[in-house]
Amino acid sequence: MTNLSVFISVPLVAAFFIPVVSRKVKWFPDVCGILTTFLLLLLSLQTMNQETVYSMGNWPAPYGIVLVLDGFSCLLLIVINLIGFISTLFSFEYIERFYTSKLRYYSLFLLMLAGMNGVVLTGDLFNLYVFLEIASIASYALVGFGCYSRELEASFKYLVMSTIASSFILLGVALIYGRFASLNIAHIALLIKQYGMNETMVFSFVLLLVGFGVKAAIVPFHAWLPDAHPSAPAPISAMLSGVVIKALGIYVIVRLVYNLFGMTPLISNLLIYSGVISMMIGVLMALGQWDFKRLLACHSISQMGYIVLGFGLGTPLGILGGAFHLFNHSLFKSLLFLNSGSVEYETETRNLEKLGCLSQKMPVTSATSLIASLSISGIPPFNGFWSKLIIIIAAVQAGKPVFALWAVIGSILTLASFSKIQRYAFFGHGRHFDESTHKNIKEVPGLMKMSMIILAILCTITGLLLINGTNGIFSPVVNDLTQGPVPYIEKILGYEFTNISGLFGN
Amino acid sequence: MIYPLCFLLFLIGLYGATCKKNIVKIILGLLIMEYSVNLFLILLGWKKNGIAPIIDQSTSHEVFIAQSVDPLPQALVLTSIVIGLGVLSLMVAISIRLYQRYGTFDITEMNKLKH
Repeated sequence: MTNLSVFISVPLVAAFFIPVVSRKVKWFPDVCGILTTFLLLLLSLQTMNQETVYSMGNWPAPYGIVLVLDGFSCLLLIVINLIGFISTLFSFEYIERFYTSKLRYYSLFLLMLAGMNGVVLTGDLFNLYVFLEIASIASYALVGFGCYSRELEASFKYLVMSTIASSFILLGVALIYGRFASLNIAHIALLIKQYGMNETMVFSFVLLLVGFGVKAAIVPFHAWLPDAHPSAPAPISAMLSGVVIKALGIYVIVRLVYNLFGMTPLISNLLIYSGVISMMIGVLMALGQWDFKRLLACHSISQMGYIVLGFGLGTPLGILGGAFHLFNHSLFKSLLFLNSGSVEYETETRNLEKLGCLSQKMPVTSATSLIASLSISGIPPFNGFWSKLIIIIAAVQAGKPVFALWAVIGSILTLASFSKIQRYAFFGHGRHFDESTHKNIKEVPGLMKMSMIILAILCTITGLLLINGTNGIFSPVVNDLTQGPVPYIEKILGYEFTNISGLFGN
Repeated sequence: MIYPLCFLLFLIGLYGATCKKNIVKIILGLLIMEYSVNLFLILLGWKKNGIAPIIDQSTSHEVFIAQSVDPLPQALVLTSIVIGLGVLSLMVAISIRLYQRYGTFDITEMNKLKH
């Protein structure tokens, strides 16, 4: 049994010690950052197939704060810490080249990691808000880390939209507390089962959905994402697009919908429609972009649409597809952002029109970005194909073939925009390509190469996770979510408590 | 009556944050929003003629249950004020840097991201 609080305390402690120690010891931030994230990765892999409830300060469930580990939080925990580890590997050389203050970078990075681990583990609504804010504040600062005018502008835009969202979330939590005088998610779910929803609860649900919708960049609330994600340093873009929007947005929405309020056809339709609209608008925005990272950021909106569509269908197959696509998207989108970081590292530009012929000069970057592009466009045998296939089959099975058709069209448009990247940056060249500026380009240094290769290998082989017997990660997710709130309530509050409250009659 | 007023304050803050062009006014709008939510939380625990939620020998259990205010929202509001302070200081820091770069507080003139 792993003690769940280590996922929050270890990065917090490390984030505190990095600025304190590294004034004297120059090598400390890198080593401490990499070791901490590696330790977290090992710990998170250990949690597979475990179900634990940890009461903070030994206060029992509805009164104290609990940390809950179930299948879905385990999946998110692995994704967060895996991408976190690979991003720190990449940062080692990248940050030295472009930015000055390593200790602040690693400190904020670990704070963000602590916040996200807290969000996916906590079983308490207000505690969730606190961890959400820790992760968000760290990410505002990291988006504006370069302190140039564009970065500050993007950071401020992100900050304003996200703070409004946070206020909505806090108001929603306050309304729930006012109705039920409880903050424990399982306890609230139990009380909702007993007393039903009223207008206040519907209002608070809408507030929470809007708030977390902004954090997840689902379509009417996506305006900040194409500015904020490209402005951050490349490893942070990988974290933001690969993990943050999922852990702070999709994870909480799914948790609220399935385990707190309960899935209804209305919510299902809402999620499906917003998913499909995000999918199409994201990919159409991406087609017209000439900035490498901005194009990738627009694709994040589109791929989030697939995930929302999968979870919105509500069938076991749809949930499996959504969870699998969440996992896969975090792998290939982080890989693509790391590729864009490598290209920027060597050429100092992200404009596709000025790039060209990198496939001979940077073979590793080119090959890994080809793998990632094929994965995101859904070409077999890479992982993106399998998850998109499952989502499309699930949509057909659920009697919604129109949405399956839209998903196929979105996938084709994705392929089109990624062939643009491959054509202009790696295999051909853009209009303003200048041979003389590209003379001294060589492959990026070792650790950057290694992190990209690890992700590329993962992209190639994770399609195998679907084979029966190896799907220890995804089948608990499907079980947890399809059974609705009752097993979740029982797991946290204990059978005795739920029985006394009269949920199951006599 | 007091809850709708509280919600009105929230909407005023939302208006300020979304419709104003000046960065300082946007920050003020966000603060008003935050404080209206804090006020709402405090009001949830409020009771007329309430006593402090500390039990000792002189207060009987019945009186305590009937009159003591709910202490939890106060703890929540304390946390939320601290978070608000963190966000505020970051906002002000970013807006000072933005003023150094652009020489203005008007967000319509900060449009380098749109090429």
